[in-house]
Amino acid sequence: MKAIVCVKQVPDTQGKVAVKPDGTMDRAAMATITNPDDLNAVEAALQLKDETGCEVVVVTMGPPPAEGMLRELIARGADRGVLVSGREFGGSDTFATSQILAAAVNKIGVGPEDIVFCGRQAIDGDTAQVGPQIAEKLHLPQVTYVTDIKKDGNNVIVKRQLEDGYMELKVQTPCLLTCIKELNTPRYMSVSGIFECFDKPIDVFDYNALKDDPLIETDTIGLKGSPTNVYKSFAPPVKGAGMMVESAAQLVGMLNDKHLI
Amino acid sequence: MAEFNAMDTAAFKGVWVFCEQREGQMQTISYQLLSEGRKLANDLGVELCGVVMGSELNEDYIKALGGYGADRVYYIDSPLLKDYTTDGYAKALCDLVMDKKPEIVLIGATNLGRDLGPRCAARLHTGLTADCTHLDVDVEKYKDFLRTTSNIDVDNTKFEENTNLKMTRPAFGGHLMATIICPRFRPQMSTVRPGVMQTQPYDEAGAAKVVIEKITPELTADDIHVEILDIKKSAKKLVDLIGADVVVSVGRGISSDVEEGIALAEELAGVLGGVVGASRAVTDEGWLSADHQVGQTGKTVHPRIYVALGISGAIQHVAGMQDSETIIAINKNESAPIFDVASYGIVGDLYKVVPELIKEIRAAKSAQ
Repeated sequence: MKAIVCVKQVPDTQGKVAVKPDGTMDRAAMATITNPDDLNAVEAALQLKDETGCEVVVVTMGPPPAEGMLRELIARGADRGVLVSGREFGGSDTFATSQILAAAVNKIGVGPEDIVFCGRQAIDGDTAQVGPQIAEKLHLPQVTYVTDIKKDGNNVIVKRQLEDGYMELKVQTPCLLTCIKELNTPRYMSVSGIFECFDKPIDVFDYNALKDDPLIETDTIGLKGSPTNVYKSFAPPVKGAGMMVESAAQLVGMLNDKHLI
Repeated sequence: MAEFNAMDTAAFKGVWVFCEQREGQMQTISYQLLSEGRKLANDLGVELCGVVMGSELNEDYIKALGGYGADRVYYIDSPLLKDYTTDGYAKALCDLVMDKKPEIVLIGATNLGRDLGPRCAARLHTGLTADCTHLDVDVEKYKDFLRTTSNIDVDNTKFEENTNLKMTRPAFGGHLMATIICPRFRPQMSTVRPGVMQTQPYDEAGAAKVVIEKITPELTADDIHVEILDIKKSAKKLVDLIGADVVVSVGRGISSDVEEGIALAEELAGVLGGVVGASRAVTDEGWLSADHQVGQTGKTVHPRIYVALGISGAIQHVAGMQDSETIIAINKNESAPIFDVASYGIVGDLYKVVPELIKEIRAAKSAQ
């Protein structure tokens, strides 16, 4: 049995955001972190490993330095990593990304008892689309916004968050679950994990390794092939700033004059 | 998948809105999307259709969709669609899309819509743009939108003259805006957060003439691989940000004393007759629950008064509150972008300014 976790390295958008002259984000100049929801997905897989002894495989698509993130996740307890990396994959939208990741997961192999975990969404794009799109490509049942997971034979009992409550669902394995922060608290790297993480394998899947997979259409990946394209990107105009006031008393006077309070 | 050709773009006509019901109740996002879809359908000169799925739904609710702009409603009726399952809803919706071929499909970015949308887009072999804050098909209208909301020099920029759906959303962690197109595949799909689009007034005549087409889906229990064991409502009452008259939101600026910061916000909200909201930093840290979040990935609000306490004003937050009537910002940092959208700003320590503000408002109210 395996737990396959899809993770993404993202720019730390809470820190200082570097913008290039053309208005796009300068990713190279920014610190990177593992996407927060993905850490909950990794933790869910590691808890499954604690319970069942299953193998945990972490998969990411990104440039070669993303290997460092995979090593960190191995130090947390994952058994091996897969780095999906190739110039041909760059600039992919969510549809294209999900094809590539689905092909990578397919190559790793999804067995009858396996679970694929994803974070709900990445903080750089906030789409929450890649998880369900991978599930569709792999013909796996999906549950998104998962806040609780219990393995029950060949079924998984999960809670799925709604705006005003939750649904409790029973889903057959293999399946794909997208995880949110309410699910668990990610563990830290262990000292032995840090020592061992460089001895564990990380496979690299490049374009040639995946291009013949039936899930990949070579003309709908990458920047050119992606179904969606950026038409225009822009910053909001510099508006005439509002009125700066000196004190609370002055503000309340103005609000009162305008009958706002 | 190969049998469905999403590339023959000319074969696709009409604007669709997925109208979400839960426990037989139509969700208000459906009316917001129909109101927006109506404008797009008018600009394209095509029909606006609502798609409702469920079992034994109240026909009055379905007719009402006409009152919000639908020319036609496809009501997909099956006991298997009574409650939402990804498998059931995705199959029913995708089968109908493949049969009728709409050019645009809008879906509410609720927890269910964000599950259904990507599953369907992948099956239909087309693009999907999440959490859009503005939609246009008409180039001139899009240019007008850019004139008021962007730094682009519209009159010296080249625009392709076509009716592709131009889907605008905050991008790159909310630091920039991007307009996305899906030129090669159909339908063009987008999700929109609740509260982003305004509901137009209900029109009786529309409700009277809407064409309802009942559809029985080709769906069996074997198509659905997830079993619903239970649906529970949260015991905790959720904060009603969207309906609030006044919203007092807190941001990372309360980090030096979270409890005190939230207590001050609650007290200020109390005297103004409003509720407490939060920036994403606050809900991410778990200082307030997720239902308090205002912004692109949270809720979009248009209150009479919006107070931002210790919020820097990243685009993704501003996207959720910029249409408030009066915006008051209090922040230590005088160069915080929130001051660019604020009607009134005070540079100062919120722990000092807010107690004074509460005192002054109380005094002003008692003098009224």
